[in-house]
Amino acid sequence: MLIYTLKRLVVALLVALTISLISFGLLFLSGDPATTIAGESADEAAIMAIRAQYGFDRPLYEQYFAWVLRAMQGDFGTSFYFNMPVTELIFERLPVTLGLGLAAITFAIILSIPLGVLAARYPNSLIDRLALTISVMGQAMPSFWFALLLIMVFSFMYPLLPPSGSETWVHFIMPTIVLGYYATPAIMRLTRTGMMEVLGADYIRTARAKGLRPRVVLFKHALRNAIIPVVSLAAVQLGFMLGGSIVVETIFALHGTGYLAWESIRRYDLPTVQAILLIFSLIYIVLTFLADLLNAWLDPRIRVA
Amino acid sequence: MMMRRFSKVKFWALAGTAAIALSFAAPTAQAGKADDTLNIAWDVEVPNVNMYFDTSRNGVIIAHHVWDALVWRDPASGDFKPLLSTGWKIVDDKTIEMDIRQGVKFHNGDAMTADDVVYTYNYLARADNGILNRNYTSWIDKAEKIGDSKVRITAKDTNPLILLYMGEIGIYPQKYYEEVGAEGMGRKPVGTGPYKITEVDPGKRIVFEAFADYYDSPKGKPSIKKIVQRTIPEMNTQVVELASGRLDWIWRVAQDQADRLDKTGRVKVINANTMRVGYLQLNAAGGPEDSPLRKQKVRQAINHAIDVEGIVKNLVRGSSEVIHAACYPEQFGCTDDVTKYEYNPEKAKKLLAEAGYPTGFTTVMYAYRDRSHNEAIMSNLAAVGIKTELRYGQYAATRDALRKGDVPIGSLTWGSNSIPDVDAILPVFFGGLPDDLSKDKEVQAWLVEGKSTLDQDKRKAVYKKALQKIADQAYWVPTWTYTTNYAISNDLDFKPTADEIPRFWTAKWK
Repeated sequence: MLIYTLKRLVVALLVALTISLISFGLLFLSGDPATTIAGESADEAAIMAIRAQYGFDRPLYEQYFAWVLRAMQGDFGTSFYFNMPVTELIFERLPVTLGLGLAAITFAIILSIPLGVLAARYPNSLIDRLALTISVMGQAMPSFWFALLLIMVFSFMYPLLPPSGSETWVHFIMPTIVLGYYATPAIMRLTRTGMMEVLGADYIRTARAKGLRPRVVLFKHALRNAIIPVVSLAAVQLGFMLGGSIVVETIFALHGTGYLAWESIRRYDLPTVQAILLIFSLIYIVLTFLADLLNAWLDPRIRVA
Repeated sequence: MMMRRFSKVKFWALAGTAAIALSFAAPTAQAGKADDTLNIAWDVEVPNVNMYFDTSRNGVIIAHHVWDALVWRDPASGDFKPLLSTGWKIVDDKTIEMDIRQGVKFHNGDAMTADDVVYTYNYLARADNGILNRNYTSWIDKAEKIGDSKVRITAKDTNPLILLYMGEIGIYPQKYYEEVGAEGMGRKPVGTGPYKITEVDPGKRIVFEAFADYYDSPKGKPSIKKIVQRTIPEMNTQVVELASGRLDWIWRVAQDQADRLDKTGRVKVINANTMRVGYLQLNAAGGPEDSPLRKQKVRQAINHAIDVEGIVKNLVRGSSEVIHAACYPEQFGCTDDVTKYEYNPEKAKKLLAEAGYPTGFTTVMYAYRDRSHNEAIMSNLAAVGIKTELRYGQYAATRDALRKGDVPIGSLTWGSNSIPDVDAILPVFFGGLPDDLSKDKEVQAWLVEGKSTLDQDKRKAVYKKALQKIADQAYWVPTWTYTTNYAISNDLDFKPTADEIPRFWTAKWK
């Protein structure tokens, strides 16, 4: 088991490195960072000075290996844009994104699993259709539109919630709903399919025949089995949310790492982009790993195998 | 997996508690006036409040509030006045001697001296200082102390904008800066300006407080006690924050949003001029040998054919102004006292006939913004017989084509980088640079003359000659000024300036 874990870890690191190598190359292909940093009205001399100052005049591979060496010691360098250590910058903003991601996935699970169970319990009924409509709407609505709609209603027409900032938990209500709602259909439909499959299985019939209460059959016997793929999916969705909360973070002015990554790409802030990519690919890999562990805990068969 | 059923009572109790908690925690609309705090939003993250490490406009705005300079350009009159100095003497075209003001304090309590001035200028002149903001500083050769409160500043070359640039160079405290360095200055800035920064949350939030010990400056004492800047990237969010009273000031609001905001009555929308001007650039010296635009009468006819006033009144609207010279009216050296071409299609037709085009001609017009305005211009031209084909594209591509000489008529705009001096516009289009399509040697020589002296009266005279010839020759059709929308709280008294640097120390509550 230990060897297996270690092997996975090495593979994970290699994946992260490959990602960073590709992103490094892509960013340099997309234009001259010195021009961007110098500002729009800068002359050639100013641009040259900045090129030398940041080492853009050195060969690309040299710049990359210098970065890798330092990153291995935990030093991600200094942000070109903010002129402060990247580590500090990211760890200041990571809690916002992590908090938002966890809240959103919780919201999505709380909304979609009961809907999925209900839909499976009464397939093709009005309840099923309704559950499907509610969840599919989440995916059909563009998140920027849904976010602005919420802001219009709950900040403008009925000023109950603040539309921007991240000072209190109240600031996270609307962003959580927008981000979480988007993940709902996938989880709901997987729950429904899983439940339908399980509910038709022999052991459920046996459980019912034993005279167990329907609720016990539904939740203890059926859901526990049906939920295994859902756990994996939720982990993947959480990964998406962490990296993909850019729109939500932008609209609600949350200043998390998603927005930071997006803006850093625009600003050619290479050290920041590199560090965020590395950290997020690591988080993603860890999440997948944790999902496997959770599955093993839920299903003894996986544990033994 | 245990699912425990909530009793109905429990559920409603919980929901009720949550609702109460929510109503307490949700920040109610904080009226900025009530706690003397001006809440403002910008859409871009401020990278660094250390003014020499930020090339963005927001950096310039912060600098004007936190760091006073030796010279101040009065936005009302355009005159240069002493700020951290008490006066100056222009020794020659490269040397200025400054008398340093006494009794000025930095935000940390230290006294500002001639040493701080010398230190700042020499720091900016150093090649290894690592600063990003070189546009205002690259002219500096050195600074020397030549008396207790006297400093001599030397430029590398003659540059007529030196005083203007000096007005952008904030004086840093030598002792403090040597102690904390560039990064420390970005976290805890110290200057002499009307506002001091008390809190920096990088990229997210900056808190300014009126500096109690601010000297008796020509800028005037700040009236509002506190300014809180927040970064809100999404304009729709800014608009809602403003309308619900959590913000007091936003800017660069799109026209449709501004109209809607105006209708709510909750806020005030101000449409104000920027330094951006629009113009048609006529390819007077390039293109084919038989190009009609090479003829002065044709260019004059085009000027007479376009109803600029009508387009401004009916299409552009807002506070846009009609211009007649190739510059923004408030720029130093700009004058409206040049040949004016009134809207007169008959005269245009007559001029075309005299030039040998009694039935007009067909040509191409390039444009990159404001399609409807350009279509109005095209219909004006068609009315006198000049048929134009519109090539509508990106700015960069349009400008590339223009530089290659492929653009007979280019409908463009220029913002002068908000520099209030014609040196930021005339040399670009008439000084022999790639965008110069008239290639007028005489005008080019005048512009060189205007750049080679610090004698402002001499400069004014020579620019007047240049602008007059540009108008006579009708190298351009100057059109109108461009505006931007500010949306502010009804409680706030704020006056925008064309250089797009909001001066919050002059803002007041009503």
